[in-house]
Amino acid sequence: MRITQGTFSFLPDLTDTQIAAQVQYCLDQGWAPGIEYTDDPHPRNTYWELWGLPMFDLVDAAGVVHELNECRKIHDDKYIRINAFDSSHAWETVRLSFIVGRPKSEPGFKLIRAEGHGRNIGYTTQAYATDKPEGERYG
Amino acid sequence: MAEDPVLPPHEGEGDLGALIDLRADIEQTGVAEVLETLDRELIGLAPVKQRIRETAALLVVERARRTVGLATEAPTLHMSFTGNPGTGKTTVALRMADILHRLGYSRRGHLISVTRDDLVGQYIGHTAPKTKEVIKKAMGGVLFIDEAYYLYRPENERDYGQEAIEILLQVMENNRDDLVVILAGYADRMTTFFESNPGFRSRITHHIDFPDYGDEELMVIADKMLAEQNYRFDDAARAAFAEYIPLRRGQPHFANARSIRNALDRMRLRLAHRVFSAEPLVSRDDLMTIREADVRASRIYAVGAAESGAGF
Repeated sequence: MRITQGTFSFLPDLTDTQIAAQVQYCLDQGWAPGIEYTDDPHPRNTYWELWGLPMFDLVDAAGVVHELNECRKIHDDKYIRINAFDSSHAWETVRLSFIVGRPKSEPGFKLIRAEGHGRNIGYTTQAYATDKPEGERYG
Repeated sequence: MAEDPVLPPHEGEGDLGALIDLRADIEQTGVAEVLETLDRELIGLAPVKQRIRETAALLVVERARRTVGLATEAPTLHMSFTGNPGTGKTTVALRMADILHRLGYSRRGHLISVTRDDLVGQYIGHTAPKTKEVIKKAMGGVLFIDEAYYLYRPENERDYGQEAIEILLQVMENNRDDLVVILAGYADRMTTFFESNPGFRSRITHHIDFPDYGDEELMVIADKMLAEQNYRFDDAARAAFAEYIPLRRGQPHFANARSIRNALDRMRLRLAHRVFSAEPLVSRDDLMTIREADVRASRIYAVGAAESGAGF
């Protein structure tokens, strides 16, 4: 099951040229791109690991693409995303975030039904990948 | 990348008859304009201007060759600027970044100017991230390393400068499309630097030597600097300053145009003091004219007189 989230979730995965173009847009807006990765695909997992620090004061996307490729070398089989942080007053938040890397196979989610009072049923989902401990998921 | 500066290959690749207007190309990209400003704004430096014209010509021709489908490798654009302090290396580097940008060899055309402190860390493991940070900032533009020979300290074999050099070399080779590196420094020390780092020498094809300015050239520069700030010499002051230049040259730490600028700054200070302590009513002319007394107050004249006296 292909996980989607963030700005271009409705599009097929971006190519490197497209990623560079998006990053360039972020830089032109004065946002600081940062790279993050995780192996927990749950949509509510907001705590992704930082790859280095967010890159402030860059002019050209080549620097970010370089870092992304470095990250891919090591975290090839994990989810990688690029966040663009806007530090201007009253925004001070991520303005754009999109996935730029994913594992080769994504096993998807298991639906768990919890029976409650009477005939009530509570539902939750759990990623099959997270059955294994961190670092051993995906391949 | 977002904008591909390279023109699409010409339709008929074997078409030897098709003509390309190089002059139009130069006009269109605005390089001619940059070269003209360079000529107009920079005094002297004839050999430097000549080399920049040659380099610009090479880049235009390379571009034209690619347009007609003559396959060429991207030219290596890393450069080394050697010359004494104050001879305009940084200024020329800025212009160079502009030229490269207009010709499409540098995507953004910005210039990041750094020295050893910005590249080399203070403890183990500090240098690589620091150097990479700087390189990332310079990507798409020009990285100008002033006094580059400080990166290499032969007397300390555990110096972290070596690490920065290795990262730089790697980037200069692998990211040739993303980054142009310009090394600058005194001629003799740069020679030693290149001798002990053959990797650098082989990766840098353009060596440009900046000669010292002549006395007349420095005078023209002084007039220009004053005009930019809405000051001017009166005749006596100009004559006095013409004497000042050779005297200053004889002193240690002479830094060409930079010394001239500092001298002018001190003269402005004296002018302000003189005008301020004189009568309260001043004219526009008083506020902008540097007089002989402002120039002659420099201690250089005293030193010069003492030395010439001692010589006899």
